[in-house]
Amino acid sequence: MHLGVEEPIRECQYNQICTHNSSPMDTPHTKKKKIKRKWQVFPGRNKFYCNGRLMMAKQTGVFYLTMVLILVTSGLFFAFDCPFLASNLTPAIPAIGGVLFVFVMGMLLRASFSDPGVLPRATPEEAADIERQIDATNGPSGPGYRPPPRTREVLINGQTVKLKYCFTCKIFRPPRASHCSLCDNCVERFDHHCPWVGNCVGRRNYRFFYLFILSLSFLTIFIFAFVITHVILRSNRTGFLSISVFLDGCTVLEVVVCFFSIWSIVGLSGFHTYLMSSNQTTNEDIKGSWSSKRGKGNYNPYSYGNFITNCCAALCGPLPPSLIDRRGFVQPDTPQPAAQTNGTGACPSNQVQSHMCAQDQCIQSTKFVLQAATNPLLHSQPVILGGGAALQAKTSLGGPCSTLGPSQPSLPSSIPGLSCGGELMAVRDSEIHCHHHHQHFISPEETPSPPAALPCATHLGHHVHPAQLFDPASQDSLHEDSVRGLVKLSSV
Amino acid sequence: MSSAPRTATERTKLPYCHESFHNLQELRHSASLANKVFIQRDYTDGTVCKFQTKFPSELDSRIERTLFEDTVKMLNNYYAEAEKIGGQSYIEGCLACLTVYLVFLCIETRYDKVLKKISRYIQEQNEKVYAPRGLLITDPIERGMRVIEISVYEDRGSSGSSSGSSTTSSSGR
Repeated sequence: MHLGVEEPIRECQYNQICTHNSSPMDTPHTKKKKIKRKWQVFPGRNKFYCNGRLMMAKQTGVFYLTMVLILVTSGLFFAFDCPFLASNLTPAIPAIGGVLFVFVMGMLLRASFSDPGVLPRATPEEAADIERQIDATNGPSGPGYRPPPRTREVLINGQTVKLKYCFTCKIFRPPRASHCSLCDNCVERFDHHCPWVGNCVGRRNYRFFYLFILSLSFLTIFIFAFVITHVILRSNRTGFLSISVFLDGCTVLEVVVCFFSIWSIVGLSGFHTYLMSSNQTTNEDIKGSWSSKRGKGNYNPYSYGNFITNCCAALCGPLPPSLIDRRGFVQPDTPQPAAQTNGTGACPSNQVQSHMCAQDQCIQSTKFVLQAATNPLLHSQPVILGGGAALQAKTSLGGPCSTLGPSQPSLPSSIPGLSCGGELMAVRDSEIHCHHHHQHFISPEETPSPPAALPCATHLGHHVHPAQLFDPASQDSLHEDSVRGLVKLSSV
Repeated sequence: MSSAPRTATERTKLPYCHESFHNLQELRHSASLANKVFIQRDYTDGTVCKFQTKFPSELDSRIERTLFEDTVKMLNNYYAEAEKIGGQSYIEGCLACLTVYLVFLCIETRYDKVLKKISRYIQEQNEKVYAPRGLLITDPIERGMRVIEISVYEDRGSSGSSSGSSTTSSSGR
């Protein structure tokens, strides 16, 4: 490691001499160095809008589909059904429909655009401190020795919980946190990554997601019921044949959309109501973390005991702040000019400026070099070991998200292993991926004692390949960073 | 030639200088960063924000155990207050739900208010207790509420050898 320190120093000194002779074109550049906001240098795979105020996942195509479906269906309802219903039944119908619609859109936008509870990555010092602690615990390892997976055990309310180390974020994940490989972030109280909402669902936006699907189920039932009422009333009065073709088309569209949505959305709401009342995440339910099948005395340590308190805590609990400070400014690593007096030099100011520029680059380069040096060590093992223990956090596993929509109305899985296995195949083939991403150690660590988990494990064997697909992708980005750093070093 | 500094200690002090301790000029000018101690989270009570009160050995010679423990306990109390689920949080939650969460454009959440209190408390502790002992606490919110980072400074006059833990850690954050 110390090699990395000395080289930049040498490079810095060389650069000092260089830029002293060259034209001072660098200096105005460094003076006007633009201060960036933190969202612009955010390491995860997220998209930011409105100068960092809004945050979404990278793939948002399905989110736009959701918006279109809701807007078109509601629009048709308000345009073609409401006038008739308002005049023939009561104007309360469009009013209630309007309120529901506004609520649905509000919750959808809130769920989609807010930070789900992303954990910022560890600073280099933190990462080094953790590494030291791990080395101290595990002892020094030889070159051919495979270190044990990095876990910490903690006793929470009488239940032993394993905290796993995230190689990407370089932190020990808090309990209930998980790494989303689509967004490449660790998310607190990770529920699932929902493509329909275009974001992860985690601690900070679970209530918005839940209220969205709950209100959407009411809205779809409402629209469905009143469209049918409209058709019946109209046909009673005038007979089917006199209904205009255009209205027919709209009605058919509304009915079809609502019919299929009801099955999936209402089912999903029911599932999440169950999860919320037992204070579990989709992730935990699918893995069967707190299922009694895992063993006697296995219970959920986070539950408050009764379902009312659990629901209230999830919906009305305090809203934690965003930890990633998207709109804050990146602290520039500018050294103090006063401390940089270099004594000799015909143009001391130039030299200071160029020296600062060099400092900056040295600092950046050192960071990249260190990353480059450490990353291969951290990430080479997962690729080599394949399905082995120390898989990188990108391993995607677990059943599909039940928000896959009309095609897969899934209900709470009482046998997590079997449903996991069955649905894994479907997910693999579908374009729309809804992954429950969490680091999953396949073999030695997790002893799947209940037989239900075995089918899951065997299916996993088939899915090592897609898992490994993620490794190169993430490795590529890391290598890219390392290469960028090395190029910078050489340019300095 | 140029007196280009370049011991690891002197280089490391530079990026940290501006790090939110504007009022502690003396510390910045007269001391250099030697080490950083991290107080990890205590998860025994679940996912509530709570830090371990175990006294780290690196601070043995720098600060009294009771002072340190008092600070951490006070912080834990503040966080517990922020995350408390009770009457006030229910009212806030229901009101927010009814207004489609638009009410938070106007008022601050309780959590934010408590976070401000915490940052004032940390600043006060730094000024009164920690800076005189050559230490500085970083607000946990700046570290994703994962750790309390305590920076240990040494006098410039003393030997420049750092305790070795921090690398040239020049990223500063």
